[in-house]
Amino acid sequence: MLEKLEALDAEHAKAVAGGGQKYVDRHHARGKLLPRERIELLVDPGSAFLELSPLAGWGSDFAVGASVVTGIGVVEGVECVITANDPTVKGGASNPWTVKKIFRASQIAEENGLPTVALVESGGADLPTQKEIFIPGGRLFRDITRASARKEPTIALVFGNSTAGGAYVPGMSDYTVMVKEQAKVFLGGPPLVKMATGEESDDESLGGAEMHARTSGLADYLAEDEHDAIRIGRRIVARLNRGAGFTGDPGKPALPHANNAGEATVSRGEWPGRPAYAEPDADPDGLLDLVPADLKEPFDPREVIARVVDGVSAGNGVAFDEFKPLYGSSLVTGWARIHGHQVGILANAQGVLFSEEAQKATQFIQLANQVDTPLLFLHNTTGYMVGADYEQGGIIKHGAMMINAVSNSAVPHLSVIMGASYGAGNYGMNGRAFDPRFLFTWPSAKSAVMGPAQLAGVLSIVARAAAEAKGQDYDEEGDAGMRAYVEQMVEEASLPYALSGMLYDDGVIDPRDTRTVLGICLSVIANRPIVGTDRFGVFRM
Amino acid sequence: MITRLMVANRGEIASRVFRTCRSLGIETVAVHSDADAALPYVREADLAVRLRGNTPAETYLDVDLLLDAARRTGADAIHPGYGFLSENAGFAAAVEAAGLTWIGPAPASIEAMGSKVEAKRIMREAGVPVLEAPAEPTEDDLPLIVKASAGGGGRGMRIVRSLDDLDREVAAAQAEAASAFGDGTVFVEPYVEHGRHVEVQVVGSGVYGDRDCSVQRRHQKVVEEAPAPGLPDEVRTALHEAARRAAEAIDYRGAGTVEFLLDPATGRFWFLEMNTRLQVEHPVTEAVQGVDLVAAQIAVAEGAAAPPAGPPQGHAIEVRLYAEDPAADHAPQSGVLTRFEIPVEDGIRVDAGHESGSEVSTYYDAMLAKVVAHAPTRTAAARKLAGVLSRATIHGVRTNRDQLVAILRDEVFLAGEMTTALLAQPRWSSRPGASEDESRPRLAAALAIAETDAALRTVQQGIPVGWRNVVSQPQLTVLDDEAVAWWGGRDGYAGEGATVVAASPTAVILEVDGVRTTYAVAVGEGVVDVDWPGGHAAYVRTPRFTDPADAVASGSLLAPMPGTVTVVHVAVGDEVAAGQPVLVLEAMKMQHTVAAPTAGTVTEIDVETGAQVAAGDVLAVVEGDEA
Repeated sequence: MLEKLEALDAEHAKAVAGGGQKYVDRHHARGKLLPRERIELLVDPGSAFLELSPLAGWGSDFAVGASVVTGIGVVEGVECVITANDPTVKGGASNPWTVKKIFRASQIAEENGLPTVALVESGGADLPTQKEIFIPGGRLFRDITRASARKEPTIALVFGNSTAGGAYVPGMSDYTVMVKEQAKVFLGGPPLVKMATGEESDDESLGGAEMHARTSGLADYLAEDEHDAIRIGRRIVARLNRGAGFTGDPGKPALPHANNAGEATVSRGEWPGRPAYAEPDADPDGLLDLVPADLKEPFDPREVIARVVDGVSAGNGVAFDEFKPLYGSSLVTGWARIHGHQVGILANAQGVLFSEEAQKATQFIQLANQVDTPLLFLHNTTGYMVGADYEQGGIIKHGAMMINAVSNSAVPHLSVIMGASYGAGNYGMNGRAFDPRFLFTWPSAKSAVMGPAQLAGVLSIVARAAAEAKGQDYDEEGDAGMRAYVEQMVEEASLPYALSGMLYDDGVIDPRDTRTVLGICLSVIANRPIVGTDRFGVFRM
Repeated sequence: MITRLMVANRGEIASRVFRTCRSLGIETVAVHSDADAALPYVREADLAVRLRGNTPAETYLDVDLLLDAARRTGADAIHPGYGFLSENAGFAAAVEAAGLTWIGPAPASIEAMGSKVEAKRIMREAGVPVLEAPAEPTEDDLPLIVKASAGGGGRGMRIVRSLDDLDREVAAAQAEAASAFGDGTVFVEPYVEHGRHVEVQVVGSGVYGDRDCSVQRRHQKVVEEAPAPGLPDEVRTALHEAARRAAEAIDYRGAGTVEFLLDPATGRFWFLEMNTRLQVEHPVTEAVQGVDLVAAQIAVAEGAAAPPAGPPQGHAIEVRLYAEDPAADHAPQSGVLTRFEIPVEDGIRVDAGHESGSEVSTYYDAMLAKVVAHAPTRTAAARKLAGVLSRATIHGVRTNRDQLVAILRDEVFLAGEMTTALLAQPRWSSRPGASEDESRPRLAAALAIAETDAALRTVQQGIPVGWRNVVSQPQLTVLDDEAVAWWGGRDGYAGEGATVVAASPTAVILEVDGVRTTYAVAVGEGVVDVDWPGGHAAYVRTPRFTDPADAVASGSLLAPMPGTVTVVHVAVGDEVAAGQPVLVLEAMKMQHTVAAPTAGTVTEIDVETGAQVAAGDVLAVVEGDEA
């Protein structure tokens, strides 16, 4: 696992490197900040920043990260979706992955009711791929104004180019701040204007920050520089009437709290407003050794749960209350808390889902909806059981019940793909298509319609049968080559970076950060009321 | 018999007198200016009377107001403390005329010693050696010192090293004395450069031992001790005899001090002046002699005999802790003393006028407290006092604490070889400890700020501070305009040069080479104070953002210290040359000229004559010509 984590760090470093040292240096030389530097200034000091889809575009022709940074940060005590173009990557031009990544960020803002702060500096669409961007791209602007209508304010801080279609980002936003002598917001630049009307013009008169602040009124605030724009942005968020406000009393002393496990003294707990929950009963570092290198070996998800959920404390007598432990034992279900938020957990224990597990999951999902509790799905499944006994036992029917429950459940869902997530098991365990609020992947994960070897084997059997039907000899050598090729291709496509690159998750995380990531997600989810449903599709009994 | 005593003074000396009054069963009355209303001494008194206003002239120097306060509270005695009216014969006489008991010498004695010229004449006649310059000094008589007859505490003194300068310095001293003391009389005497300041405590004409107060900064005592170290017996005996003769010459009553200049090379000494009051440094004598000098003063005032002095026991050292900035030429500091805790232990006495939360104003002396250690030997007392001072928690204003500790640990001082020139040596002019590596306390400050922010956060409270799933850069906390870089995350904090063992809003434990150090941190709105064994630092938190509207224009003239604007030399639109005086600020009775930094035009004047300003306030803006 440590090797995989090093590889993950290397992939993340590619995203952080943006357009490379040359372009970073040039950007800095202009006195400008990198997108992550802007974000660090924007969020509250010391608060967390959960970057989303950092590997977007992985495996494509475009730079890892897709020339935009998105994530969730705390600004003036308010959880916000933050997007920031990376102008060091081809001038911050949007490619198809950029657009998908921003769509995903908008979706998160919508589902969780968050304001959005866009840190804008983009050269517009990547023209060679415009056909993949132009038509769907309109949704970017639609999303901004629909968010506004939903009372999820949108704020654009314009640091540089935001022209042509890009001009509608500040145009559609509720609040617009432009940086003096940097922001450039117009529909058509001087050459286009010259071509269209013959008018001679310049950047400043067409779209300068001063002009927009004093003449067009498109800029609500004129910022002296980048810091000032971020300062103004923070003040805007502070006045959205959302933050819980100051509740603490800085006058009370507290003992030092231990930095590392094992040196525990007292936490900041003596200060008011501190959460009353304990860290996990087992050391999260153990998560590194839990997942076997070979995913064919199952592992006990209770060991994961003990390292992720709140430990036993005064208000939490048992860390994990398992539901129906003696029935359908290949799926573990039960209740726990994460950072004080109650969750229902469904975790694969033996890989395969049988009818019992599907029925148990269906009942548990209904129970969570009854008590308005979010659900956490911990994937390690090879799918629903196949074979005559199981087909005759109604495995499809039962699997459909589970997928019905997952699809229609109205409480927020979180998914973590720890290991395998194959076949319809991916659907039943709330895969990407089922719109979990958040879905994160461990570096050990694999996801595909079936295992690579199985898939190659199936293809081989089908081909052999076809050859036999035609009375031809089967090319055994060619078959071996085909199987190896398919196996490798499926293996590569089922690896987490490939899936993450296609936006099929919200990011690949260090297993030891699972609790923190889920804690942030649950906090974000709590921005909207959690109301379960009692309406599901017709359950085929 | 005295039943209710008013102290016509403020701060620590008022508290000091009240303490003895309480032990004697005498009720106490405090008077206070508006600025002093919240100081501890006002609460400690049984009754308190407000003196409207703040300047000494309208409060502690107003005889009528003080007598009225005594009348209204039914006080039957007045103790003047030191400074203010303590050596004002007119006040003493007025107190007695009002039928009240004056805790001090007869007005005639005060008057006789009040004029230094007159005092010298009396002493010369009494056979006490006196320093005098010839009427027509020659090069051989240099250096000389010009002193204000009515001055004290180093004010109005000027050293003359060239005969050419003499007339000018005399004239300047006269002008300064006239404005500061209302009496322009000055006199000239030889200046003994490597002398020691030794003084003898008397009550009436009884001798209560001697003190050494050689460690001075610009004639202001900083460290005082009893007995004076290293004096040969015959010199000590001669000093005591001279003091006795001096007191007898004016038929002295009560507590007083006869000050001498001693040449340690020859053992010769000369009379400097006699202070007809309780001295600031009286606690060292009390410690060593086992007497209560305030009780003795009261006893004498009531007509009883003063308790006799016992044989000296051990050695006592006092330091004066000032609110001042050693790095800025000891400019007085004002502000809220957010924390002020000096460990009081066996053998330690703290006479303080301020407490945690007290506001230090600019109207009066900047002394925060006197800290006294009493031990069997001088070395033990010095070590103990240095230890207590270094463990003290002092936040909110800069002080000379570090320098006091350095003096108490100084080889020259410990050898008893200090002279009044000790602190004039260049090694004392730099800020002690400035070269020390402060990366650790700065890291501690940054992490305590992070913990404070985390504790006040209303969302995501349990999430590790500074956590990132994609790490791109460290967290930056800017202190004194310099960023401290640190990382937060799953495994807690990491910083440069030290392992972070634990952190909270008030304490951070760092480990270096297996050695753990606890840094106590007080995170304030604008300033973070860090205390660790042997050190203290205060860092100004540089805000992440500055509203451009609040930014200080370049060319702004900022008040170097708190004070009152006395003169504004220019008007908006005036052309000024570089170095041309723009305005004059008076602080601590010293005049500070604020000059134009460059040639240019005055574009803004933000103050007017009489305005009170705090350190850092913008006074005026001069726009440079080239701008």
